[in-house]
Amino acid sequence: MQNTRSMEIAVGLFVAGGLAALFMLAMQVSNLSANISSKSYEVTAAFQNIGGLKVRSPVTVSGVRVGRVEAIDYDTKGYEAVVTLRIDDKYDTFPEDTSASIFTAGLLGEQYISLQPGGSETDLKSGDRIHLTQSALVLEQIIGQFLYNVASKESK
Amino acid sequence: MILDPLQRLGKASLDFFERLGRGHLFLMYTLAGIPGLLLRPRLVIAQLYSVGVLTLLIILVSGVFVGMVLGLQGYNTLVDFGAEESLGVVVALSLVRELGPVVAALLFAGRAGSALTAEIGLMKATEQLSGMEMMAVDPMKRVVAPRFLAGFLSMPLLAAIFSAVGVYGGYFVGVGLLGVDDGAFWSQMQAKVDLHEDIFNGVIKSVVFGFVAAWIAVFEGYDAVPTSEGVSRATTRTVVHTALAILGLDFVLTALMFGD
Repeated sequence: MQNTRSMEIAVGLFVAGGLAALFMLAMQVSNLSANISSKSYEVTAAFQNIGGLKVRSPVTVSGVRVGRVEAIDYDTKGYEAVVTLRIDDKYDTFPEDTSASIFTAGLLGEQYISLQPGGSETDLKSGDRIHLTQSALVLEQIIGQFLYNVASKESK
Repeated sequence: MILDPLQRLGKASLDFFERLGRGHLFLMYTLAGIPGLLLRPRLVIAQLYSVGVLTLLIILVSGVFVGMVLGLQGYNTLVDFGAEESLGVVVALSLVRELGPVVAALLFAGRAGSALTAEIGLMKATEQLSGMEMMAVDPMKRVVAPRFLAGFLSMPLLAAIFSAVGVYGGYFVGVGLLGVDDGAFWSQMQAKVDLHEDIFNGVIKSVVFGFVAAWIAVFEGYDAVPTSEGVSRATTRTVVHTALAILGLDFVLTALMFGD
């Protein structure tokens, strides 16, 4: 009888340990704790060029992460990329004339959206569109412009 | 005379399909025996002990070392790009997506699957199974189903333990020995590892592997030629076939889950 008991205790420990490992993977390793607050609202922003922005890229204000990119679509009428941003309900007081820019973390890092609050009295509501946007910097374009400038200076 | 090789080929194919068919019928009988186990959970607990608890040690030790090696190798590669803060991402993603389920399943096949096959095969060779039938005890329900269920339940737990321990192994080498920043290690990991995409898919993989590994182990034992040589062959086949099935299935599952 004692034997069965210690065996059952060992099995209980094994199962508890396995579940604890799963729990640890979910809480400590994955992003579950980051998006645990389920309440959020969506706004959209149209960009000429989104560069390497991806779904789930971060959305930040002054470097603080306030949300993530929910969806990326292409508007065939306006010829623009339409990005849907999902922002945490905690941060629901952005002015209407907030602007959105796409920046790169580090020289070769991933791209993210940075919001700069404007000065309007009315706040952004769910479903609103951010009108002031700045596209991603594309390295090839900058190098192209630089070379063009150098060439035009030399020809003077 | 000239038809001999052809005949051998035909016989081999027919044998193969016959075995495959028997394996599937066997699986159906096994699954049919599982509901009856709800009334006798003790049978399953005894098997969970020998299949799960006794496999724990090798899983823990291998998990720590695999995680440590990942930490070391990942660091050496990433430090060239000044990206050693991403070490946590590398360790966690490789473990959760691939190494956790696959290596745990291979160890499981070697440690628990072979034991299951040998046990059932020897029961058959010593006519214990026929003895049970004589006493109107169904060996499928009494012997095979609890072992199958225990293997199927243990595998996801073992894989999760392997991954979790491996992450700490990588943490120990990366942060403890090589000086990666503690906060960056965890925060980058949490930013890049997704609960659904990575962790759930890893768990699904380990559930599938557990099903296949347990199925092959009990079937090979039950189907073994009842001699000492037959049992030894069946045990070898269990390990080889399980390893092949897991690696093949892993590719298919990876292509389905992370393919696009």
